[in-house]
Amino acid sequence: MAVAFDEMNGPGGDLRPAYRELSRWLKETPPDALEYRRQEAELLFRRIGITFAVYGDAEAQERLIPFDVIPRIMSAKEWAVLEKGLKQRVRALNMFLRDIYHGRDILRANIIPDDLIFQNPVFRPEMNGQSVPHDVYVHIAGIDIVRVDADNFIVLEDNARTPSGVSYMLENREIMMRLFPDLFARHRVAPVERYPDELLSALRSVAPLSASAEPTVALMTPGVYNSAYYEHSFLADKLGIELVEGRDLIVKNDEVFMRTTEGLKRVDVIYRRVDDDFLDPLTFRPDSALGVPGLMSAYAAGNITLANAVGTGIADDKAIYSYMPEVVKFYLGEEPILKNVPTWRCREPKDLAYVLDNLSELVVKEVHGSGGYGMLIGPAATKATIEAFRDKLKREPEGFIAQPTLALSTCPTCTASGLAPRHVDLRPFVLTGSKHVTIVPGGLTRVALKEGSLVVNSSQGGGTKDTWILDE
Amino acid sequence: MLSRTAENLYWLARYVERAEYIARTIDATLRVTALPAAYIGKTNEWESALLTAGVSASFYEAYPEATEQNVVEYLAFSSSNPSSIKNCIEAARLNSRSVRTALTSEMWDTINSAWIELQEVWGKGTSSREELARFLRFVQETSLRFDGSAYRTMLRNDAYWFSRLGLHLERADNTARILDVKYHVLLPEEEHVGGPLDYYQWTSILRSVSALTAYHWVYRETLKPWLIADLLILNDTLPRSLASCYSNLVRNLDQIGVAYGRQGAAQRHARGVRNRLEHSHMDDIFQHGVHEFIQEFIADNARLGEIITKQYLI
Repeated sequence: MAVAFDEMNGPGGDLRPAYRELSRWLKETPPDALEYRRQEAELLFRRIGITFAVYGDAEAQERLIPFDVIPRIMSAKEWAVLEKGLKQRVRALNMFLRDIYHGRDILRANIIPDDLIFQNPVFRPEMNGQSVPHDVYVHIAGIDIVRVDADNFIVLEDNARTPSGVSYMLENREIMMRLFPDLFARHRVAPVERYPDELLSALRSVAPLSASAEPTVALMTPGVYNSAYYEHSFLADKLGIELVEGRDLIVKNDEVFMRTTEGLKRVDVIYRRVDDDFLDPLTFRPDSALGVPGLMSAYAAGNITLANAVGTGIADDKAIYSYMPEVVKFYLGEEPILKNVPTWRCREPKDLAYVLDNLSELVVKEVHGSGGYGMLIGPAATKATIEAFRDKLKREPEGFIAQPTLALSTCPTCTASGLAPRHVDLRPFVLTGSKHVTIVPGGLTRVALKEGSLVVNSSQGGGTKDTWILDE
Repeated sequence: MLSRTAENLYWLARYVERAEYIARTIDATLRVTALPAAYIGKTNEWESALLTAGVSASFYEAYPEATEQNVVEYLAFSSSNPSSIKNCIEAARLNSRSVRTALTSEMWDTINSAWIELQEVWGKGTSSREELARFLRFVQETSLRFDGSAYRTMLRNDAYWFSRLGLHLERADNTARILDVKYHVLLPEEEHVGGPLDYYQWTSILRSVSALTAYHWVYRETLKPWLIADLLILNDTLPRSLASCYSNLVRNLDQIGVAYGRQGAAQRHARGVRNRLEHSHMDDIFQHGVHEFIQEFIADNARLGEIITKQYLI
């Protein structure tokens, strides 16, 4: 694997301009002062209760995501490219979804094979011909981006279902501003705090026609035991909307109401953080206690907007991912600004043969997996693991894709032995309303805290950093 | 507001109030049992602490004997006692998490910090009376901080009123329970033959509702059992008296009624109880029987809880 690109000390060890002030500041700041601030930050996180749950880990029902106090910095110029590319990508995702559930031009043009859609468990036939307000399917997208050099941003994953992490983007900034006011004074960091306002106006803009002039928006959570519950309550609070669970909602005459102390109140837009499968036990999983019976029929009647729409999983599926450059070109007639990771589709015999021959150099992912589970990182795996994976792959090749191991960029990070480079990725949050696509400048930077590790997932030892976009 | 949010706020306040009440009960019992046997007689004060906490039956399913160690463990730290201080704080935090959007950051911080301290400092219980005293202080301070931050930081809207309803309903229940267990030492003037034994029972009662000093300010008298009963039942100026709890319940329910433009069974029922307290006299209550009066009150109070739940919380 090539030497990773470091975002502070570029190739050849030259300090990159965006990091000039930070580097000077780091030299002035004694290491124990950093450690002290780190502890202070951890205390703040605990007191505020910013925790996440790890499923199947009884020991630690609520855990903190480690927070690294060294910010990750990007210049305005870098951000401009990224922003343009993200908007392009999300526009294409929405057009793709509209097409898949209506005319299916892209299938007729033979760009994507039919069976990849129709035999895909995340394709929702219930959505066929169903119109959604302003043709917006993905109101909130979390696009995972990595860098391998100074010039290229690469999309690792499109999260178009219920992407999480934005509360960390906002809280990390709050905590950094509390801990390092002097460091902010030496930079012009673009603010992220308007995210909740932009989210609320995006959600209101897509209210159904039958809604009143002041549509009622609610955030739907699976409940207090969900791993992202903190984020749900945080966002509901910042947006000033009710945080509802399935049991708070009831459907009558194809309208959705919430149970309040003053009786039933109509809801027009639901920002739902509940997966499709659990939304409505009458349509999807009958054993779901999290959902609302009849919700899908209110949805079909056009009396409620769900954000994101039902069935968006077909757009961020790992098998579809490999077609995204073609998807962008097909709908927008533009060259994609953000690159894809070269991807081998194991369902295609030629690709499978290549993958089987090169397992020790590739990352192999489950098409429907997430959270970094069930993947093989060839270069880091033992022989036995690789062989076991080879059998799995042969048995069900259509369940996997493979990608080269990328030399993810690194950023300076606090470690037990002082500052050291650690691999990072970035998840910016892209909002789509009736008229605009917007992105607050920044996102969630995740960092693999273990030396050499490329896995940034919080469930597997990843941490987070504040992400600074410089204003000039 | 969401019915579930109102319900959580209501129960959150009840749990915090209950934790404090249990702490006060343990504290008062420790003081009585520290006295030489000659002053307190042969009654088992720990037994009566279990009764005032309303957990006597379940206690004996887990322990053979009401010793100090067993009772403190059960009341303060046991996971199997739903009303233990530990469980109250845990339930309060779970409720807080469910309604974070309705809490001010000060209230959340109080509960969350208490929950963290409960695990980090008090995870193994206490091993001496000094430690126990510190623990009980921690619980009482948590309740004071919570109450104070609610009072000082919450918007005066339905969220606040529902949380106050929980507080006063729980408080009324707690005071009534003490009276229910100790009614036999609260005798009317003419029947009174008090010895030192009763004297320490009376101070213990007053202490568990933090009214020992208040008593002297109100009556400017040595401890008289009928006055203690008067203070705890009918005196509207004592925050933990039944009369005061019902003044507050009526007021909060009225505020909700006005805000929602609708009165209901809860408002009517609370006013009925309040009127009975307002028009009662201790002499009549003694004549009617303190025990019967209290039992009736406990049932009425529980009934109000049910009506509030039906009217607003589901």
